[in-house]
Amino acid sequence: MTSQDQALPDLLSGPKALIVRDALLALKRPGDVLNPLFFFAMVAALFPLAVGPSEEQLQLIGPGVLWVAALLAMLLSLNSLFLADYEDGSLEQMLVSPVPLPALALAKSAAHWLSSGLPLVLVTPVIAMTYQISLSVTGILMLTLLLGTISLSLLGSVGAALTVGLHRGTALLSLLILPLAMPVLIFGARTVSLVAAGDGVAGGLYFLGAYVFLMLSVAPFATATALRISNE
Amino acid sequence: MWKFVHKLASPPHFYHIAANLISWFAMPGLLLIGYGTYAGLFVAPPDYQQGDAFRIIYVHVPAAYLSMMAYMAMAISAGIGLIWRIKLAHAVAAAVAPLGAWFTFLALATGSIWGRPMWGTWWEWGDPRLTSELVLLFLYFGYMALRNAIDSTSKADRASAVLALVGAVNVPIIHFSVEWWSSLHQGPTLVRQGGPAMDTAMLYPLLAMILGFTFIFGALLLRRVRAEVLYRERRKRWVRDLILSGKGKR
Repeated sequence: MTSQDQALPDLLSGPKALIVRDALLALKRPGDVLNPLFFFAMVAALFPLAVGPSEEQLQLIGPGVLWVAALLAMLLSLNSLFLADYEDGSLEQMLVSPVPLPALALAKSAAHWLSSGLPLVLVTPVIAMTYQISLSVTGILMLTLLLGTISLSLLGSVGAALTVGLHRGTALLSLLILPLAMPVLIFGARTVSLVAAGDGVAGGLYFLGAYVFLMLSVAPFATATALRISNE
Repeated sequence: MWKFVHKLASPPHFYHIAANLISWFAMPGLLLIGYGTYAGLFVAPPDYQQGDAFRIIYVHVPAAYLSMMAYMAMAISAGIGLIWRIKLAHAVAAAVAPLGAWFTFLALATGSIWGRPMWGTWWEWGDPRLTSELVLLFLYFGYMALRNAIDSTSKADRASAVLALVGAVNVPIIHFSVEWWSSLHQGPTLVRQGGPAMDTAMLYPLLAMILGFTFIFGALLLRRVRAEVLYRERRKRWVRDLILSGKGKR
């Protein structure tokens, strides 16, 4: 066995352990997972109360509202992405571990998506139903949210890593991430609106998929660099 | 060549070289803007559709172009600073951000003023370029906010450099995604196949303004970088010597 063969399982087992640990932590503290979901449902409930319960209007604004609410809910949960690790020192262990830091950063993003992005996608049909969005459109909405939240988890991890040690992180994180998240929002929400109006779906989905791959190849490295800078 | 670059990258040398360079940028800039303003307002004929309202392009186009150039310059110098650890490059990135934000604001303000008689509204969400300029303004704000939030200068330099680079990857995508909306904006007249679609009497003042704005931008940038360098090196000996010798007034 060469040394490379020995290094290979490390590369996979480290991130795997991290994902399992974060998933366990999320299970033990269900509030961390549920609070953003409640926030999501609450924001979505604010709009019918504010603009009136007209069915056509709700159908029209539904996809956009759900997308904005999902984006904000993701931001809310991103704040604490590295916070607990930073406070109890496990972040420093990640920095000095032999496993490449980008792989660990990717694992953190994956864990974050599993505990906040995926649940958002899963509760979407319930909220979409209250907006009278048809079943086929709801399917597209879930698909765009599925791809979009992966991108947001990856993109957001860069922002979370940059602001991890800062006291005024919350508003700052939104200011950093929201402009960068604009393409995801535009393509996600617009694709659903177009489908609801009877248009094709492929273009928007292709874009969202391509953006996921762009983020997969850029974000872990940027996050790793940012973590090193924030932790000296 | 490399020796010259290394010398330039050292703050004291840059500080002195930049002092001489500023006037070389400012003079042509002012001359070109002077010519462009006169020719744009009095020589160029009114547009057959837009009348005299089109004349705002003599400010709007250079500002919009510089707002994007400034972001490129910021990202490139931040990248150089991050990779080769050149302090001066970080100083340039720090100095260029507020300038870029101002030019973005100018482009937005003039675009909005132009939109009032042309589209009938001050603001039009359907126009992709106006919207992507707005996003660009937010990107500048985010960059500056991150810089302000971090106390240590060297940490702020590198953290904001990461942000600028991630932003630079995203800027074309933002532009493209906003363009996906139905467009109200004029098609490109200047950079397109078959040469500019514009009368020369209108075109030359515009080119002069673009060049003049760029020169003024360079002069302002050099001035800001000088101030930034002086502030960052305030505890160094050469700055103290400079102040005590009385030459610092220049």
